[in-house]
Amino acid sequence: MKVHEYQAKELLAEYNIPVQQQEVVDDAAAAGAAAERIGGEVVIKAQVLVGGRGKAGGVKLAASRNEAEEKAGEILALTIKDLPVEKVLIAPAAEILQEYYLGMILDRTSKMIVLMISAEGGVDIEELAVSSPEKIHRLAINPTDGIDRTALVALLEQVFETVALRKQAESAVEKLYRLFLEKDCSLVEINPYAKIENEQLVALDAKINFDDNALFKHPEIEQLKNPEEYSADEIEARKHGLSFVSLNGNIGCIVNGAGLAMATLDIVKLYGGDPANFLDVGGSSSPEKVLHALKIILGNAKVNGILINIFGGITRCDDIANGILMAMDQIEIKVPMVIRLIGTNDVEGRALLTERGFLVAERLSDAVEQVVKQV
Amino acid sequence: MSILIDSNTHVIVQGITGRDGSFHAKAMLADGTKIVAGVTPGKGGGEIDGIPVYNSVKEAQAAVRVDASVVFVPAKFASQAVREAADAGVPLIACITEGVPVLEMLQTYYYVRERGVRLIGPNCPGLISPGKCKIGIMPLRIHEPGGVGVISRSGTLTYEVVYNLTTSGLGQSTCVGIGGDPIIGTGFIELLEMFEHDDETTAVVLIGEIGGEDEEAAAEYIANNMTKPVVAFISGRSAPAGKRMGHAGAIISGGKGTAEAKVAAFAAAGVPVAEKPDEIPGLLKERL
Repeated sequence: MKVHEYQAKELLAEYNIPVQQQEVVDDAAAAGAAAERIGGEVVIKAQVLVGGRGKAGGVKLAASRNEAEEKAGEILALTIKDLPVEKVLIAPAAEILQEYYLGMILDRTSKMIVLMISAEGGVDIEELAVSSPEKIHRLAINPTDGIDRTALVALLEQVFETVALRKQAESAVEKLYRLFLEKDCSLVEINPYAKIENEQLVALDAKINFDDNALFKHPEIEQLKNPEEYSADEIEARKHGLSFVSLNGNIGCIVNGAGLAMATLDIVKLYGGDPANFLDVGGSSSPEKVLHALKIILGNAKVNGILINIFGGITRCDDIANGILMAMDQIEIKVPMVIRLIGTNDVEGRALLTERGFLVAERLSDAVEQVVKQV
Repeated sequence: MSILIDSNTHVIVQGITGRDGSFHAKAMLADGTKIVAGVTPGKGGGEIDGIPVYNSVKEAQAAVRVDASVVFVPAKFASQAVREAADAGVPLIACITEGVPVLEMLQTYYYVRERGVRLIGPNCPGLISPGKCKIGIMPLRIHEPGGVGVISRSGTLTYEVVYNLTTSGLGQSTCVGIGGDPIIGTGFIELLEMFEHDDETTAVVLIGEIGGEDEEAAAEYIANNMTKPVVAFISGRSAPAGKRMGHAGAIISGGKGTAEAKVAAFAAAGVPVAEKPDEIPGLLKERL
C-alpha cells in the first residue's frame, strides 16, 4: 500500500524525524489562505501516488496569497500519469543548501533490510543508482541483530561533512528503522533529505510503502489508504477477497493461484488473445467468491468472452462449479464462457457443470484456443 | 531416494481443526502419508478422522515421532506456529498459509535457520515425493513416481506443469513449491543442489515468475554447478510493471524482476525456457 507525501511526512513527524510545517488542501482558495498562514514564499506540491510530479508541472513556488491560489488552481487541474490531482501540499519554500538521499528497503535477495544514503539526492536518484552506484552507500541490517552502529558511523562519515550533520542523520536513521519495523514497511525514502539553514537536515519529500499482508496489524495505516491507488474494480474485488488487476483486453479471466493466473494470461497472449484482467480467486475458494468474480468481470463492458481456469489443490472444483451455477441463477451471462476444471474434486465439479450443459475443457491450451476463437 | 521427504516421514498438521487443515490432513492420509498427529491450541485431546489432536507441537512430540510439520494456521498466527515447531526442533516445516506479514517472515527466516530447521514457504503448496509422502495441498492423481525434480514459486501452476509431465510419461522424484512471497524459507539454489546430488532425480524443472532476482541467481548456479538437465518456465511475461500480480513477491519494480531478464539469464546459462507448460515435457525428453 502506498501513501501520499503529506501522509508519509506526518508519520515521519510522529517518529520525531524533522519535517517542515505543512498544510494540505483540496481547492485553490484554501491554498491561498494556507500560504498566508505559513507566510513568505511557499512551495505547492501535487499529492499523487506516482513519481515524476515536478517534471509534470505538479510542483510550483508562490510568493503571495494570490499567486498561491493561482498556482494551486493550475496544479489541481492536472492529471499526472492518469491520476487527477485532488490535493496539494503547501509548505515553506526552504533554501536548499544540499540534497541528500536516505532510504530503507527490504532486500529479498540478501534477506536484509538495506539502508541507502547518498550525498547526491534529488530527482535523479534512480539515474544515479545506474550510472554511479558507488555514490549510494549501503548498509545491510539483519533484523535479528539490528543496526551495526560502528558501520553506520563509518558510513555517515563518508556522506556528511560535519559532526553536527552526522548526529542528525544518525538519529534519523535510527528512527526510520524503528518506523520501518513497527509499521511493517516495505520501502521508506526521504528524498531530498535536505540541508537547509542553520545546518539543519529536514525531510523535504518522503515516500512510504507498506506490506499489504501486515495491514491487519495497523488500522491507523489502513485508514490512510487512498482509493485512487486501485481501480473501482480492484477495490470491489478486494472486498471479496479476490486479487484483481485491470488490464486492457477483452477476455475476462478467472484463475486460481497467482502463478497459474499469470501463466494463463501469457498463454492467452501467445494465442493472439488479449486478457481484460488478472483475477486470482485464491485458495479455498467459496462459491460466493466465484459469483463475485463473475460479477466484477461482467461489469467491464469490454469483456466479450470469459475463460475460467481452475486447477484445484486447496481449491475444490465442486465449490467453483457451484459458484458458476449460483452466478447463472443470479446474473445473465451473454458472452461465451470456456471453463477448464481439473484437480481436487474435479469429477464432482465437472459433473455439476455438464449436467447444466456447460462445455468443460481438461487441457489449458485447448481452453485458451477455444476462448480466443470465440471472442 | 527423493529429497527432503520419503515414505518414512512422520508428519504433524498444525491448524488441523480448521477448514483447510482438516480437509488436507484427510487427503494426505488418503495419499499414504504418515500423518501422525494434529496440533490446535485449546483443542487437544480430540481427534480428526482418527488423527489425535494435541495442544502444542511439544505435546505431540511427547506422544509420537515427528519428522515434519505442515502449517495451515491463519496468517495472523502462522509465523508463531512456525517458530513453535522450530523451537520443538521439528527438522522440516512446510508453511502453506498465504498472507503472512513479510517482516515477520524475515525474522522467522533467521529464527529457523539458527535452529537448523528447514522451512519451505510460506504461501506455498508444500512438497511431495509421489508414492511416498505428500506434505501439502496438491491434488491427488496428477503425480507419478519418476525422475523429474520440480521447484516452483507457484502452487497451481506447479500442478499444471506436473499434470503435463505425468500425462507425457515423466514421473517426479520430488516436487517442491517454495512459495510466492518475497521472503521464503528455502530458495531455488538450495533445492537445485539437493536435486543434483539425488540419485533418483535425472532432470529438474524450475518454475519461476516475475519479481525479485532469484531466477537470475539460479540460472548462474545452474551454469556453474548442475550436470543434470534443467528446463525453466517463467510466468508473468505479459504482466504490467508496478502491479502486484497476486503473489506478494510477483511485482516488477524499479526495472527489476522482469520476465525478459529472467528468460535472458536462463538462455545465457543454456537452460531452455518453455513458452507454455505443455512444452516442458518435450524440452525435457530432448535432454534425457
